[in-house]
Amino acid sequence: MTNIPETGRTPRVQIRLVIIQILVFSLLGTLGGRLWYLQIREGDAYAKEASGNHVQQVVQPAVRGSILDARGVPIADNETRLVVSASRTELLKMDDDGKAVLTKLAGVLDMPPKDVMDKVRLCDSETPQPCWNGSPYQPIPITDEATPKQALQIRERSEDFPGITAEPQAVRRYASPGGSNTAQVLGYLSPVTDEEITKAQDTDSPYLRSDQVGRSGLERQYDKELRGKAGVTRYEVDNLGRVIGEAEADPAEPGANLVTSIDARVQRIAEYELNEAMKEARKQMDRNTGTNYKADSGAVVVMEAKTGRVVAMASNPDYDPNAWVGGISAKDYAKLTGKKSNYPLLNRAIQGQSAPGSIFKVVPTAAAVNAGYSFNGPYECSSSYSIGGQVFKNFESQSHGGISLGKALEVSCDTVFYRLSHEEWKRDGGIKPKKGANDWFYKTAHQFGLGAETGIDLPNEVTGRIPDRQWKQDYWKANKDAWCKTGKKGGTYAEQIAYENCLEGNRMRAGDSVNYSIGQGDTLVTPIQMATIYAAISNGGTLYDPTVGKAIISADGKSVQGIEPKSHGKLPIDKTTLAKMDDALEGVATRGTAAWRFQGWPQDEIPMHAKTGTAEVYGKQTTSWFATYTKDYSIVMTISQGGTGSGASAPAVRKLYNALYGVSEDGDIDKKKALLPTPQKGLPKIESDGSIDSPKLETYPPKKTEEELAEEEAQAVAAGPEAQPVSFEQGAGAVLAEPGAWTTVTERGDDTVVADNLEAIVSTRGGSGNRAARRRSDRGGCRGKRGRTSV
Amino acid sequence: MTGNSFSVSGYGPERSGWTRLFARDSLARRLDWPILFSAIALSLIGAALVYSATRNRTELNQGDPYYFLLRHLLNTGIGFALMVGTVWLGHRTLRTAVPILYGISVLLILLVLTPMGATINGAHAWIVVGGGFSLQPSEFVKVTIILGMAMLLAARVDAGDKPHPDHRTVVQALGLATVPILIVLLMPDLGSVMVMVVIVLGVLLTSGASNRWIFGLLGTGALGAVLVWQLGVLDEYQINRFAAFANPELDPAGVGYNTNQARIAIGSGGLLGTGLFKGSQTTGQFVPEQQTDFVFTVAGEELGFVGAGLIILLLGVVLWRACRIARETTELYGTIVAGGIIAWFAFQSFENIGMTLGIMPVAGLPLPFVSYGGSSMFAVWVAVGLLQSIRVQRPMSA
Repeated sequence: MTNIPETGRTPRVQIRLVIIQILVFSLLGTLGGRLWYLQIREGDAYAKEASGNHVQQVVQPAVRGSILDARGVPIADNETRLVVSASRTELLKMDDDGKAVLTKLAGVLDMPPKDVMDKVRLCDSETPQPCWNGSPYQPIPITDEATPKQALQIRERSEDFPGITAEPQAVRRYASPGGSNTAQVLGYLSPVTDEEITKAQDTDSPYLRSDQVGRSGLERQYDKELRGKAGVTRYEVDNLGRVIGEAEADPAEPGANLVTSIDARVQRIAEYELNEAMKEARKQMDRNTGTNYKADSGAVVVMEAKTGRVVAMASNPDYDPNAWVGGISAKDYAKLTGKKSNYPLLNRAIQGQSAPGSIFKVVPTAAAVNAGYSFNGPYECSSSYSIGGQVFKNFESQSHGGISLGKALEVSCDTVFYRLSHEEWKRDGGIKPKKGANDWFYKTAHQFGLGAETGIDLPNEVTGRIPDRQWKQDYWKANKDAWCKTGKKGGTYAEQIAYENCLEGNRMRAGDSVNYSIGQGDTLVTPIQMATIYAAISNGGTLYDPTVGKAIISADGKSVQGIEPKSHGKLPIDKTTLAKMDDALEGVATRGTAAWRFQGWPQDEIPMHAKTGTAEVYGKQTTSWFATYTKDYSIVMTISQGGTGSGASAPAVRKLYNALYGVSEDGDIDKKKALLPTPQKGLPKIESDGSIDSPKLETYPPKKTEEELAEEEAQAVAAGPEAQPVSFEQGAGAVLAEPGAWTTVTERGDDTVVADNLEAIVSTRGGSGNRAARRRSDRGGCRGKRGRTSV
Repeated sequence: MTGNSFSVSGYGPERSGWTRLFARDSLARRLDWPILFSAIALSLIGAALVYSATRNRTELNQGDPYYFLLRHLLNTGIGFALMVGTVWLGHRTLRTAVPILYGISVLLILLVLTPMGATINGAHAWIVVGGGFSLQPSEFVKVTIILGMAMLLAARVDAGDKPHPDHRTVVQALGLATVPILIVLLMPDLGSVMVMVVIVLGVLLTSGASNRWIFGLLGTGALGAVLVWQLGVLDEYQINRFAAFANPELDPAGVGYNTNQARIAIGSGGLLGTGLFKGSQTTGQFVPEQQTDFVFTVAGEELGFVGAGLIILLLGVVLWRACRIARETTELYGTIVAGGIIAWFAFQSFENIGMTLGIMPVAGLPLPFVSYGGSSMFAVWVAVGLLQSIRVQRPMSA
């Protein structure tokens, strides 16, 4: 083409035209390539995005199921509250972004206008609480405590309040029937986090943005069953949200109801009497420290001996579970998780662990028999036992001469167990154990289920600890650096201990085995473990997994799924030994250390068995333990820094038995007054519409005036004002609800619209509380506690 | 259509109309049919896409689903007539009228700056004529800049005085282009300014002007862009468009919304598309301005890679033929006009499709032939007429 003479163009133009042509076609080629990339290579991803674009979900949340006591009394249910919500999309359509409407609304609700505006703004990393962290398309609740009058004002003048709705909605309520609280067993709910939504996305129970999730206790354990399934209707919509396509609907399925084995009446008595006992203990002088007992915390478990079902479980200090409803305030959260309040969220019946003291002695008794020692003995109960230069005294230096193991249990003779344990230790090779050492005393403890979870249907149970050789080795490895640094020969007690630990902390020393034999030293147990063991002694040796849930009943009442007792083993005791041990423990209640607390008890009609325990803890006052059982129930109670077992805990336990069996103080049995002379069998009656019958409750104690009750509640809250260190060690497993990063959530473009957001509740929790909770659960590890001599 | 076979025997002074039309060296034989066919095809595909995008937009179409379809077809018809008129008059005849046409077009864009001007989609680029019609005179300026510059630059070369335009002529030509460009910049209609600058570049390249001018213009363009940015001539929405291009994740509900939704629409089309009128993005009206600037997304979603690729292919045919026409004509005037049109069509198509694909920042430019819009339609058809005229009127080689 260069040799066309007719064209008047020069080669310069000619070359440029070719360049232009090449340029033009590379541009078109680029477009084609990009088109291929978007449509063919990435096409599927975009197709998915497009389908999400035009489908709107209208969500009908499911009503959460109730939690009922054994007789059908609701202990957690829902109440209808008037919830005033604002639609952000509507407000933003106004010229002033809805400021005028919100100000007017604030006037009607008696709230400061700023609070109302703050609740409606969206959360992001720079916005402090309160702010809304849900979908911006979802109505934002401003208050769930509107009065009917306020709601009427809003609804009647709807033209004055565009975008504002006042609707009755179901909100969780912890009913406290008969004054029972059950806080730690029930647990609580809080809004679902983004992380959880993502995680549960493809499972068969996905979360909704408005969902509340159980964070502890039964609410967490049975969350899936209680939550039900939200109804979802899908519409195809255009960019303005107008429906253009057909709808596809999944109706909501209300959550199932959970019937528990808790008896609200017994629960109330357990809580009340535990608190009374702690108040009483605080009036008592501790001769060792010269101050009154601090009684900073306590727990009590009432268990059906033949099934392991939990009839009552109380932990003190407690809190009002309703504080969580409607979003907990930052102040309340700080209070509940703070050291000052001594961590009321902890369920000390399953998460509090401490040295058991003498109630542990059933374990070495069984161990001694298994190791080949005769139950009948006799064994020398001397006033003290010496190893090398070290003297281990019997409690109050009493001596009883040669006695049987049964008698040793009855009078709680320490020296008998010191001697047996020390002998076994020597037989196993002492500080340098021989191969295949029997370790009877430790093996038996594990067989009793200690040092492991009982398997109760409550989350975050802790294991306690059996300080056997393996544990010593592991613990020394983890701590030797610190010990060797602080230890000092001939220094203070703590320095001397650290020094010894540094040298041979990985070895089981003679003193360790002696301390261990009476439930001291590094031994840790939980109240639920001890209740399970004493229930097993009562029922002939079966260790049941404790259960709180009894049945899951669908909302329509048609499906009843029972939760049957399960066993996790048998006590390693033969029948005759068990019978002798049973006799001995009855002796404790009739002649031994607990006898003075069971004066006048109708022992012939209702044989009572008991064991007292007073555990010593280095740097603290003694822990009171009291373990008991009849043929139907086992009750274990403990009070940290509360004094002796029989002194601090026994009266409350006696009162519980009085109520269960209808026994008066002087020993008469009034069957009509008995709350549960035999354990509750069967389930409450279910009506044809699925509702469950619930009897009326009488308050306990009946004669108290309201003023006294108010005073007592004030004291319950103020328990442990000195802010003592936690005496129940919080195990590594005892993690409080992980609150998630609420403060930094910004949710945009989530198309979920909640039509009737039953449980969409603003969380006003502050970030500081979350951090505190994390810090605390981080340092869960075990600190060493050393016992000296003990009961 | 086989007039030839009849004309063999039909020798004589009274040849039939068909025969004359298709006789050797006749107008019809000289027309560039691929360009014509592609332009008609693009306009008709455009009609279908515009209809798909607007049939549900009741807030725009005044309740008549065919409102935009009929107008698009009417615009195509008028455009076709303008092309026929241009071919009939011939580009050489028009060459004499260029000063007048240029003057009128500059007056029209000045009118935009008076109260007669109207703002549509943030661009103050329109004159409301009345009766529901409005004009976007910057479209016509694109044509008159090409014609005016070509006239100046080719005058002495075509006369045989010089092999290339001298510096004085280039300065004059640049001055001629700068006046309307500055006015359009004041509107501000940044997209049109960009197209005009590229047109000037194309014109200068094909005119054979010295390389110094080419690089000078490129440098001035870059400098101008910096100045425009610094002086704050741009409105915030224009700055945001660039910001959204630089970072597509930026605010998908706000600035980045257009591009994001456009990309979703195109990407979801796949190989064959959802089928005409069946695209959920289009039916749901998630892409704003879908009948005009974002019309390509309808093709992407509903016709898929095949349909959207066909549009690119047809544009490619138009440009390929235009390049041929530019090469084959003997006059520099014709070459320059064709070069300007190539630069115009190529850049505007690339920018328009590129922005829907997310490889160019958003600018309010229509896709030639396909987008709804009268002024643009008229202008591109006049350009087709010019190309045809250049081809038809070229001296036949021996």
